Amino acid sequence: MSSSRKIRVIIAKPGLDGHDRGAKVVARALRDAGMEVIYTGLRQTPEMIVRAAVDEAADVVGLSILSGAHTALFPRIMELLKKEGVENVLVIAGGIIPEDDIPELKKVGIAEVFGPGTPLNEIVDYIKSNVKL
Amino acid sequence: MKMPAETEALSDNALVDEVLAGKRRALARLITMIENQDPAAVDTLSKLYKHTGRAHIIGITGPPGSGKSSLVTKLTTEYRKRGRTVGIICVDPSSPFTGGALLGDRIRMQEHSLDDDVFMRSMGTRGHLGGLARATSDAVKAIDASGKNVILVETVGAGQSEVEIIEIAHTVLLTDTPSTGDDIQAIKAGIMEIADIFVVNKMDLAGADKKVLEINAMLDLDTSNRSWRPPVLMTNARTGEGVEELVDRLEEHHKYLKESGMLEEKGLKRSREELRDIMELRLTKELMSALQGRKEYEAAIHRIADRDEDPYTVAQRLIAEFLADYQKKKKVKRDV
Repeated sequence: MSSSRKIRVIIAKPGLDGHDRGAKVVARALRDAGMEVIYTGLRQTPEMIVRAAVDEAADVVGLSILSGAHTALFPRIMELLKKEGVENVLVIAGGIIPEDDIPELKKVGIAEVFGPGTPLNEIVDYIKSNVKL
Repeated sequence: MKMPAETEALSDNALVDEVLAGKRRALARLITMIENQDPAAVDTLSKLYKHTGRAHIIGITGPPGSGKSSLVTKLTTEYRKRGRTVGIICVDPSSPFTGGALLGDRIRMQEHSLDDDVFMRSMGTRGHLGGLARATSDAVKAIDASGKNVILVETVGAGQSEVEIIEIAHTVLLTDTPSTGDDIQAIKAGIMEIADIFVVNKMDLAGADKKVLEINAMLDLDTSNRSWRPPVLMTNARTGEGVEELVDRLEEHHKYLKESGMLEEKGLKRSREELRDIMELRLTKELMSALQGRKEYEAAIHRIADRDEDPYTVAQRLIAEFLADYQKKKKVKRDV
């Protein structure tokens, strides 16, 4: 990859839980891996996340969620991304997401789900080998 | 490197049309192309150029934590209230070690994140010094061409010499907070000299009045007979207090620039600098691609390191050779 082509990542917290420690740790790790990380902050609606992905021309959207609302919010985000014509973006998720929900999330287009305890370099490597630049 | 997907998917002209129509996805893609120094960006920008020069470009600079992002948010609110469309570029530093960056300005701008008439973009400096990214100036042009009335450019809030903003902004706003530094800070050269408007933010903190006095005292000492004396205002970017007056003053400054002929003058100066920068860059590129890998070039570098030759004479000789070659090539072309 040329040094002038940077991977741009949105890290967003959809929904109402107020815990963003994990999101910040991941954001920091991706920064240290040479990526440009746009952190959007807490309590984002699907519309806000998709708007950020469009304006910032994100290559990756990372969703962090602990509230259990992922089955409602993630499909909505994927639907809006499609509606805006953003289809090349790699969407990944982290937080508290039960195993049983993962197949359903993958069906709507979430590429991968990283649970608690995932080594940070696993996330970095996953992005580097799956991002569509 | 293969061409980025966005340039394959959209032909130049389609991209130009979409940017002109204000399509935010096209604008976002173009800015990415500019940031990545994609050659197609230059073609697109040259087609867009005649549609630029309409927006009021405002630079917001000042130390870290002085409330630049919050102020940008409140300025946007006020401009939207007055029916103006707004483009925003926020520059944050990239790591000099990894090249990565954490861009956090969107956090404070959530209240505008669903307004169709506000476009906001975060930008890493990617090794560029001076408070902006290399791509900032061209990104401003792209946003200008897309039809935004006001463009707010927030610089990296690093230090005292981030003065590059005066090259691209019509109006420079300098933010500061009460109780930062002593009164000597106010008479240092550099950043204090570039402001068209001073803002003492966090006016609810103790010492705000004193800060205003200090800046005014510094301005009293200015002997340079400027016809615009920078006003010193107080704001609270959290509540929005003072922002309405700030926008009044920003508009007043824009009007002053237009009526005094300064806007035209600034534009001319900007065009001169820009043309020079582009030519410099192109020339250097041509020169280096002609020299790179050539045996004499490498040998000369060794001779300089061994003190057998000096870099000044070598530079003169290499440039003379390059220009002679260039002349020859031009002649051949003409003869054909």
